[in-house]
Amino acid sequence: MTLSVSIKHQLDGFELDVAFDAPAGLTALFGHSGSGKTSVINGVAGLLKPDAGKISVDDDVLFDSGAGRWVPPHKRRIGYIFQEARLFPHLNVLKNLVFGQRFAGKAEPKADFDRVVGMLGLEGMLTRRVHHLSGGEKQRVAIGRALLARPRLILADEPLAALDDARKDEILPYFERLRDEMAVPILYVSHSLAEVARLATTVVVLDKGHVSHQGDTAALFSDPSFRPAGVRWVGALLEAKVRKHHTDGLTELSAGQEALFLPRVSADEGSLLRVRISAQDVILSKDRPTGLSALNILPGVVENLQAGDGPGAIASVRTSAGLVLARITRRSVQALGISVGTPCYVVVKTVSIARDDIGGTLR
Amino acid sequence: MADWLGPNEWQAVFLSLKVAIWATIWTLPLGIFTAFALARWNFPGKQLLNGLVHLPLILPPVVTGYLLLMTFGTRGAVGAMLEEIGIVFAFRWTGAALAAGIMAFPLMVRAIRLSIEAVDPKLEQAAATLGASKIWVFLTVTLPLILPGVLAGTILAFAKAMGEFGATITFASNIPGQTQTLPSAIYAFLQVPGGESSALKLVIVSVVIAMTALLASEVIAQRMAKRVSGT
Repeated sequence: MTLSVSIKHQLDGFELDVAFDAPAGLTALFGHSGSGKTSVINGVAGLLKPDAGKISVDDDVLFDSGAGRWVPPHKRRIGYIFQEARLFPHLNVLKNLVFGQRFAGKAEPKADFDRVVGMLGLEGMLTRRVHHLSGGEKQRVAIGRALLARPRLILADEPLAALDDARKDEILPYFERLRDEMAVPILYVSHSLAEVARLATTVVVLDKGHVSHQGDTAALFSDPSFRPAGVRWVGALLEAKVRKHHTDGLTELSAGQEALFLPRVSADEGSLLRVRISAQDVILSKDRPTGLSALNILPGVVENLQAGDGPGAIASVRTSAGLVLARITRRSVQALGISVGTPCYVVVKTVSIARDDIGGTLR
Repeated sequence: MADWLGPNEWQAVFLSLKVAIWATIWTLPLGIFTAFALARWNFPGKQLLNGLVHLPLILPPVVTGYLLLMTFGTRGAVGAMLEEIGIVFAFRWTGAALAAGIMAFPLMVRAIRLSIEAVDPKLEQAAATLGASKIWVFLTVTLPLILPGVLAGTILAFAKAMGEFGATITFASNIPGQTQTLPSAIYAFLQVPGGESSALKLVIVSVVIAMTALLASEVIAQRMAKRVSGT
């Protein structure tokens, strides 16, 4: 299933004009607050009627201004997870969960219910009043409620933004499971680069109502021109597998033919992780360095060089682990004679792989 | 105990209860609808409707009664039509129920409107995304959340209907056994020599009924508010 969006809408101060496709998997709608993300997702939900355009899920047209078609929200079969949970205060957890089920007409509601409740770990709180739940618990109930409405499309509007870091870590794995286990597209609004890096399969970047970048997540993060939070935040994403937890507190990951070492990660051996390597934490060397304290040294070939306005440049280096970005000075580029096609070594300090940017799996 | 009041006085008490209950029953669905329209919809003539609803609150009750007589009296525009199909309001207990309901209507609408405005529309949006049509959203989310307000409005309307005097006596008159409610009976007793003791008894009955209704509503409202807020 694929969600196709192409809409225009006049907002306060700027015009929203976006077009993108969200295939199965998780599509992150990324941008600063006020860039029009929520208006887009509300347009898909039917809570906002765009001035013009078309929204469809496969062949099913939800909105088409040309044909005068507009499907009201209750007939769109979407699962919307809001930032503030929006649980019904007069109902307990169980009744909140099954609220949408009566309208969905599921053939096997019981099996569905048990599966969702089991996945979100809600068994122990079904008879509780929602008022007594913690923020993380509320958000889990809201996710379950949306799933039980048997949606063909899941929308999430900054579902973690109202939670503290501990609660975020509690909820993030559930979105990873949704992404990996549900066949339906997930449209996920966020302004957090770490969330996008960890969750998204596809990214659509919104800037003042327009799509500035869109594409596969790893490819986008390897694009040196993708600087949503300034040049300091440029960095590539690598997929890696947990190979071994060493006794000295390091975890060994394998990416391509390379080994990466980083401080212990709480993930089982054999599980897949995404790690982010910030471009400013990478050093380039033309020869294999010796006598260095850095543990992660990957051989590669320079694939692209992009000079910035200042003294800096970003080099994209193809390694067997994937594309790594390095932020170096233009002076170094000249001194080392680096150009496209130059073989070199990428040096990453072990400790410089920030833990916050590392994905985890369900514990 | 039953001897404490004479048959005429009992008649007035029961008639008042009957009039107030019917006045509340016919205004309740209309009151919820009007409050919802005023709280949530934008339509031409909204201010006019708002003004009309509140008119009985600011007009002298006698004027309201007189306007009712002109409209719903047997020679009034609407009254004449209704008489042809056998419905007569003027000088009947039904007329007292109509007058009491109209006088109580603004109080009821105000209470319910306030509670509707306190409901977060975001909850109603969430219900819609879960597949609930507008009517289902109202029945399963809005209505349960405004129940304390609806109850408060209902009790207020009931109490107002019990005590309505001016519009009732103008429109339905003061016929013992037919349209003589508690306040008009008290008024009648005070007009004849030696009627003070009967009037006093009816005053006590009025106070007891009003206090009971108020206390009952307080208890129920507290329980409902607890349920609705989920505490």
